[in-house]
Amino acid sequence: MTTRPAPPLSRRIGRGLVYLAAILIGLYIVIPIYLVAVMAFSPRAVVYAYPKPLLPTQVTLETMLFFLNSYGILDSVKNSVLVAVFTLAISLAIGAPAGYALARYIFPGGDIYRILILSTRAFPVVILSIPLITTYISWGLDDTTLGVALLHTAMALPTTILVTSSIFVGVSKDLEEAAMTMGCTRAGAFRRVALPLALPGLAASAIFTFVLSWNEVFGAAILTVQNQTLPARLIVQLNQSPIPFRFAGGFFILVPALVFMLFVRRYLFSLWGVKLR
Amino acid sequence: MKPKRRANLEPYLLLLPSLVYLAVFFAWPMVQAFGLAFRADDGRWTLEFFRRMVGDAAFWPAMRTTLLLVVAIIPLQFILALAMALLVTAGLRGSGALIYFYALPIAVSDLAAGIVWFSIFTERGYLNTVLQGLGLLDRPFIFLQYGATWSLIAIILAEVWRATSIVFVILVAGLQGIPKEYFEAAEVFGAGWFARLRRVTLPMLRPSIQVALILRTILAFQVFAVVVALTGDGVKVLASEAYQWYNQWRNLNVAASYAALILAISLLSTGIYLRALRTRAEAMAG
Repeated sequence: MTTRPAPPLSRRIGRGLVYLAAILIGLYIVIPIYLVAVMAFSPRAVVYAYPKPLLPTQVTLETMLFFLNSYGILDSVKNSVLVAVFTLAISLAIGAPAGYALARYIFPGGDIYRILILSTRAFPVVILSIPLITTYISWGLDDTTLGVALLHTAMALPTTILVTSSIFVGVSKDLEEAAMTMGCTRAGAFRRVALPLALPGLAASAIFTFVLSWNEVFGAAILTVQNQTLPARLIVQLNQSPIPFRFAGGFFILVPALVFMLFVRRYLFSLWGVKLR
Repeated sequence: MKPKRRANLEPYLLLLPSLVYLAVFFAWPMVQAFGLAFRADDGRWTLEFFRRMVGDAAFWPAMRTTLLLVVAIIPLQFILALAMALLVTAGLRGSGALIYFYALPIAVSDLAAGIVWFSIFTERGYLNTVLQGLGLLDRPFIFLQYGATWSLIAIILAEVWRATSIVFVILVAGLQGIPKEYFEAAEVFGAGWFARLRRVTLPMLRPSIQVALILRTILAFQVFAVVVALTGDGVKVLASEAYQWYNQWRNLNVAASYAALILAISLLSTGIYLRALRTRAEAMAG
């Protein structure tokens, strides 16, 4: 290996400043998560203390268990999971066929449909949930987990369609056609060839939908009274709750979002990068 | 690969369920919002509910705060996201890890973000701990006082923290789509870093910027859980008023007036963005 001449000092200082900026922004993002995690796993006495410890002094589940065992929390966690699973199932059932159609067929109106779907992507939860109350009351869906899931599906559907479409574009059509020449039906070729290949991407899209539903506050709080999801329950009682309850609750709803990032890293840009095709 | 026969019904059948669903759960509620806001129980058109909304003591503070937050948050987010996007595409060592950390809050809910920053800004929280530890304060300062400016700063920091990563991801995707040759050509002609940013990067990023601006602005008008988690009802915004009118006072019509108002503002701002960014493109072409 030959040694390159060292770059001039000014250039090296500039480079150092760039790294410094990169690290400072990283700290702005990571430190708040770290701090609330320290609180969630400290004993309650430490959570109440002031000044607050910057390093965990004693790691314990006491505060988390206090939160989870508070009245109604476990029920609301169950509701949250139910709503998210319903949302996932409905939006995949309706969205995946549409995504497949966009990826595999060229047809009049396809582009208009695509623009339509794209324009519904800025989820107007506040606008949707208030009028939905009247519809739900007449349908008997008020205060049900299914009702909340139907709202969340409306929010998740555009992304599900666009993502599944880009996934099926990535799965070669030739393989499907090869399967069909070997005697598979159209549906059989889809089930045996396209679907298994698309599975990892579909899983990423599913996790996206799950987290979207898990996170949603406003609609869930408006549409439910007894059968609240966790965020709906938290927003109602947060400001009357003790500090350990808040921090443990905050960390608890944060966890899926963090786990999510581990799983969907590869799909980050196709989920949010607004790239179409 | 041959495209399918044109007269095929299959794609339409596959699209149909999603169209029906979005008509029932997306388009119809929006129409209904205006119906609830502007029609009395007997079906007459009326401005009564709209007047009640505007006449309420909390309306103008909520309106002002919401607009103020949008005006403060959106530019901050775009400057920070652009800096972050340029940093991760600058060929630094470890930029893969940087992308991961910068995108980390992308799935964090507004409620969680509010609680996270509450741990920092609350009276017995981390900010006071650090400031007092450094000797900058004698005793804890109450940042989240009812209606105080510091409450707004806390909301802005939390929202910038939470929602910059989506802008970042959209901008990085856009940056990756710009052909390298453009930068090389600009460099050959002697363009410095700043000139390349202004003459190549930003114009080429315009479609991404436009999408991110529209998305973020529409969502910013609905800011809710961050505000409630940080300040209780110390700071009022449009969405929290809509929530109050329904959950506290069970008045669906006034709540729907707020929904209709937020929808109208969102459409208006989208229109302005589309127009402003197009006009500039035309001006540059001419």
